[in-house]
Amino acid sequence: MKALLVRDLKLAVRAGGGFGLGLAFFLIVVVLVPFAVGPETALLTRIAPGILWIGALLACLLSLDRILALDREDGSLDLIATAPLPLEAAVSVKALAHWLTTGLPLVIAAPVLGVLLNLRGEGYGWLVVSLAIGTPALSVIGTFGAALTVGIKRGGLLLSLLVLPLYVPVLIFGAEVARRGAEGLSVATPLALLGAVTCGTIALLPFASAAVLRVNLR
Amino acid sequence: MELIVEDLSVARGGMAVLEGVCFRLACGHALVLRGPNGAGKTTLLRTLAGLQPPRGGRISLDREAMVYAAHADGIKAVLTVEENLRFWADLYRVDAVGAALEAFALGPLADRPAGALSAGQKRRLGLARLLVTGRRVWVLDEPTVSLDAEAVGMFARAVRAHLAGGGLAVIATHIELGLEAEVLDVARFRPRRVVTGDEDFL
Repeated sequence: MKALLVRDLKLAVRAGGGFGLGLAFFLIVVVLVPFAVGPETALLTRIAPGILWIGALLACLLSLDRILALDREDGSLDLIATAPLPLEAAVSVKALAHWLTTGLPLVIAAPVLGVLLNLRGEGYGWLVVSLAIGTPALSVIGTFGAALTVGIKRGGLLLSLLVLPLYVPVLIFGAEVARRGAEGLSVATPLALLGAVTCGTIALLPFASAAVLRVNLR
Repeated sequence: MELIVEDLSVARGGMAVLEGVCFRLACGHALVLRGPNGAGKTTLLRTLAGLQPPRGGRISLDREAMVYAAHADGIKAVLTVEENLRFWADLYRVDAVGAALEAFALGPLADRPAGALSAGQKRRLGLARLLVTGRRVWVLDEPTVSLDAEAVGMFARAVRAHLAGGGLAVIATHIELGLEAEVLDVARFRPRRVVTGDEDFL
């Protein structure tokens, strides 16, 4: 498992690996929002948690088709499927590698970008917490979508359409945690639900991903 | 260990391509599959490799003893030759990277990014992967494509060493490898009558 993780991380950070793509996209979205909605700081403060969450979600979405499609194209996926590693473990490791190269940088960058949107002081901690808990679910759901569309050439559009509805609960609870945190309200309920969504997807989706991958590899 | 295939029927896209395939392969022996393009060699090998379920029949093969090599080598262009091999060696927990590089004369290329290799060199790297898996049964699909005569010799030597060590190999190839192998022409297992959905209406 470690071998696959190390390889995926190496591939991501080397030339053409797509590391930084999500981060750059996140930066662009957040930087452009104040230009689009105007410099009214009160308005920006109100929408900041939601914008940051949408930016993070779309940045995650952008790199999903790389999770499995590249391995499918060069034949590695067939070879990994016949290797001693169970396919469930392989897709879990791939989701983890995706989170480490896409989700984690977003979590780290979010507070910096919060400044650009005039996020309230109380909100930074909860923004980071909500993203740290929510983005793993985005990676795991995204891996499931990638497994569903792995047989399709240029399946990015279909992948986005399949995955977006599954992302909605994560977005609702994640943004709610960030918003309530920024406004100084209790975050217990959305935080518990966000945690439940993440735990549930991490526990169940690798099995679904492995099952659809087996069908798609036939 | 023995590979026994009984009355195996394999399908591609829901259509049977081969039916009633039977063979028996003992330790130290190789089986060469022949047949025209599209005869079902790749489908048969993928079924043996466990990538697709058989339509019927039985394969007695421990999946944990088998390694599959396809048309595509699964090489990552941005990793070096050695890193590519090291990954598979770590995955299979066999430390034989040095020997594998040597067997396919890849030593001088070890630090070169795999993307900079020629087609034949890439194929050699793909075949060197077999040696770092430590698996007893090799299931190989057209392993000699884009290899020159010298590299085919290296490959034949590697297969002979593998067989001498008690391994098995099932190889689909059109090239004479100079192996003492049984030859199986898959064309004779093609279904006599093509089953189509229209039959129900007749």
